Amino acid sequence: MTIRDIVDKLDLKVLAGEDALDKEVRTGYCCDLLSWVMAHGPQNGVWITVQTHTNVIAVATLLDIACIIIPESIPVNDKTIEKAEEEGVVLLSSSASAYELAGKLYSLGISSPSED
Amino acid sequence: MASKQGNGGNIRQRYYIEAGNFATAGEAASNIKKLLKQLGVDGATVRRAAIAAYEAEMNLVIHSLGGSLELIVNPELITIIAEDQGPGIEDIEKAMQEGFSTASEHARELGFGAGMGLPNIKRCSDEFDIQSEVGKGTRLEITFIL
Repeated sequence: MTIRDIVDKLDLKVLAGEDALDKEVRTGYCCDLLSWVMAHGPQNGVWITVQTHTNVIAVATLLDIACIIIPESIPVNDKTIEKAEEEGVVLLSSSASAYELAGKLYSLGISSPSED
Repeated sequence: MASKQGNGGNIRQRYYIEAGNFATAGEAASNIKKLLKQLGVDGATVRRAAIAAYEAEMNLVIHSLGGSLELIVNPELITIIAEDQGPGIEDIEKAMQEGFSTASEHARELGFGAGMGLPNIKRCSDEFDIQSEVGKGTRLEITFIL
């Protein structure tokens, strides 16, 4: 499934990375502890986090995480959006909770990295 | 950032890391990753080195009084050395335990301080050495075999 499919199906708002929406994603991950994500995060996957500071972009870049979804319409500052744009990381926003997003992604066939 | 091309085709690059500066944190690790990719290092090794470099960089930002991250690449090995000017680690054995952290409230609010840094670095690297003295500083040297 491409990120674009996910954006359409989950009605997500694209904050950054419009050019990379055709990337394929297979796995997803949900966690707000950055070190934990560094240890277990999905390569070329979707990551849901409530953290919105610039370091989430650094983590995504280092792990080759394809796309980040920020839940519950949490405001994201311009610096983070700029950094995502710079690094080619797709940054998405949703009014749904992390729980809801993960459930919907799972039912669309986006699995956990451990099942991939 | 200071860079020089060493003897015998070795690449040496040193990045100075400012204590407490979360805004630029991760840039040195990102640079290291890009450089290793450009050098044609295989993807899995680049990923391991990038994770270890990031954790080492974050340790400098969160815990040190400031320090540096140095990357040395030769045809056989990638070496990353993180050095700081203190405060030093009281109990290295404890610091190596998953879940143990002395990170500040502020760092924890940002999602750091899970107590995963050093164990992550050890897991990712082929060789791992850490020396620390309270009041002096810490020196971490990790290598990746190519």
